[in-house]
Amino acid sequence: MGILEVQNVNKRFGGLQALNNVNLDVEEGTVHAIIGPNGAGKSTFLNCLIGKLEPDTGSVMFQGKPVLGSKPHEINQMGISRVFQTPEIFSELTVLENVMIPCFATRDGSFTLNALKKIGAEGEIRTQAEQMLKDVNMFDKASFEAGSLSRGDKRRLEMAMCLSQKPKLLLLDEPTAGMARADTNNTIDLLRHISETTGITMVIIEHDMHVVFSLAKKISVLAQGAIIAEDIPDNIKGHPKVREAYLGEAEV
Amino acid sequence: MSAVFKNNDKTLFTVFVLAVLLGPILMAPFGASYPDLLQRFAIFGIFAIGFNILFGLTGYLSFGHAAFLGVGSYSAVWMFKLLSFNVIPALILAVIVSALFALLIGYISLRRSGIYFSILTLAFAEMMYRLAYSVLTPITNGETGLQVYSDDPQYLMGENGITTTHLFGIKMNDVFLRFEFLGREAQFNFGYYFAAIFLILAFYISIRIFRSPFGMMLRAIKSNQNRVNYTGLNSRPYTLAAFVISGVYAGLAGGLLACMDPLAGAERMQWTASGEVVLMTILGGAGTLLGPVLGASFIKYFEAIFSKINDNVLHTWFSFLPDGLENGIVWVLHFFVGKGWHLTLGTLFMLVVIFLPGGLLDGVTRLFNWVKNLGKKKPEEEQSTKASPAE
Repeated sequence: MGILEVQNVNKRFGGLQALNNVNLDVEEGTVHAIIGPNGAGKSTFLNCLIGKLEPDTGSVMFQGKPVLGSKPHEINQMGISRVFQTPEIFSELTVLENVMIPCFATRDGSFTLNALKKIGAEGEIRTQAEQMLKDVNMFDKASFEAGSLSRGDKRRLEMAMCLSQKPKLLLLDEPTAGMARADTNNTIDLLRHISETTGITMVIIEHDMHVVFSLAKKISVLAQGAIIAEDIPDNIKGHPKVREAYLGEAEV
Repeated sequence: MSAVFKNNDKTLFTVFVLAVLLGPILMAPFGASYPDLLQRFAIFGIFAIGFNILFGLTGYLSFGHAAFLGVGSYSAVWMFKLLSFNVIPALILAVIVSALFALLIGYISLRRSGIYFSILTLAFAEMMYRLAYSVLTPITNGETGLQVYSDDPQYLMGENGITTTHLFGIKMNDVFLRFEFLGREAQFNFGYYFAAIFLILAFYISIRIFRSPFGMMLRAIKSNQNRVNYTGLNSRPYTLAAFVISGVYAGLAGGLLACMDPLAGAERMQWTASGEVVLMTILGGAGTLLGPVLGASFIKYFEAIFSKINDNVLHTWFSFLPDGLENGIVWVLHFFVGKGWHLTLGTLFMLVVIFLPGGLLDGVTRLFNWVKNLGKKKPEEEQSTKASPAE
């Protein structure tokens, strides 16, 4: 039994069947990639997992507990974090504050009115956030305004924010999109390192085959809203259906 | 502001306290050192500080904040009518009632954000304003305004009770010291200092909120509410808390207004009053600590000064000019003073928004930096001019 079990999820947008009976079983501690051509329904699928969208039918179980119908912050408190396709960070706040906020959220829950405590007095949280920034090599930028960072750094920051929550499941929506090759390789190393040292389960949606094949233990292929194949990377490469639907197109 | 005052909250607070305590002297050269205006500085300063916690910090633009001001005033006057002219029970009720109203209105309005939130708060305030004039006349005394009559119960009044607002015998409208300062009179008044204590307290709490983790969450909500939710934080209680805090500030300000002059009218809740506090906050610098107080004082000062200038005053000012020119200038300026002072305010507001997006405080900071760099820049400029002929 996996950490995340998705059964018969359907989602329709008007006349478009965005997700068609999607089943997924993610094993604990592994990196599971979902690939597929543009418009295959990958992002819709992730949005259903984090409570942004409500699927029409189907069930999503996380560690045996139902996810659907919960609010985004409740889903996050269960231990699911997400890195978005376009980085969702607090642009007007400093890099350090960006990481401190998820640390607070993990420690104090969804709401506390600690208005009379000074940030300076929150040493424990600050140390924790600083350590996280060191782990992702961004400590020298701690006092920068997050909005002024480069695109790659914004992604790295968002990843740091998610990781600082010590999630059980990390959802990554194209974590390397728009990155230079060197940055992509750094990200791959970082993710592999995290996966190996912490054992966080990851679900990655990715276009870049290089990333997918370097990280994933298992790959599901989504095309036109349905899972057309699911296997270990080596078998996916040679899978005829996948070649037809995706890889063939990518090589053009 | 950030450049000058960041990480310097103690200095900022000390300077603020000193400026407030010395208010009557500092304002004397501007002809503003009389109780009524000084009290307005302090009270509307509190109003704007509270509004800034919601608007500047959390990013929710309420267009109906004057409703809480009005509720605070009505509650306070009712305490005067029922108990006595002591201000303490009046303020306590003002704070409690405005908190309850803020809780209710906030709970409903905060279901939406952005322009829809603004419209909802505006609708609530306008509804309360209309109700005060119609259905609620028994409570609000309609157009006459709520005031204390001699046949009111005033259960705690006693035999020879004080017949003006007071704090355990200290009368609010008493001037306890007055002297000439730089040719103008400075008046020290109990009412001002009573309001000033609350202003200082309000400012202190505002600093603590700005610097606390709670304040950081509010800034995060302003910056990216999506990420707040996907970080496991429930944004609703945070926004509601900010809304109630700023509603309480407004209620306290309304209560204080009634303490200075035991009278409450529905026009205090009109949308123009709600708009005014938006102007104050933006004019001073939204999201800064000091800006709202600055904006509030600025607007109240101009309201008091410009609305007093009439054509006769203008004629005496420009009497040195030839007749035709004098009349011409007076004719133009006529539209900017007296009842037309709003034209001045509007022009100033536009200038500030266009040229100083960070508000007046931004201007002060820029001026400060400019003066600071004045000495440093000159040698560089000389060098560059010397170097240019060589190239």
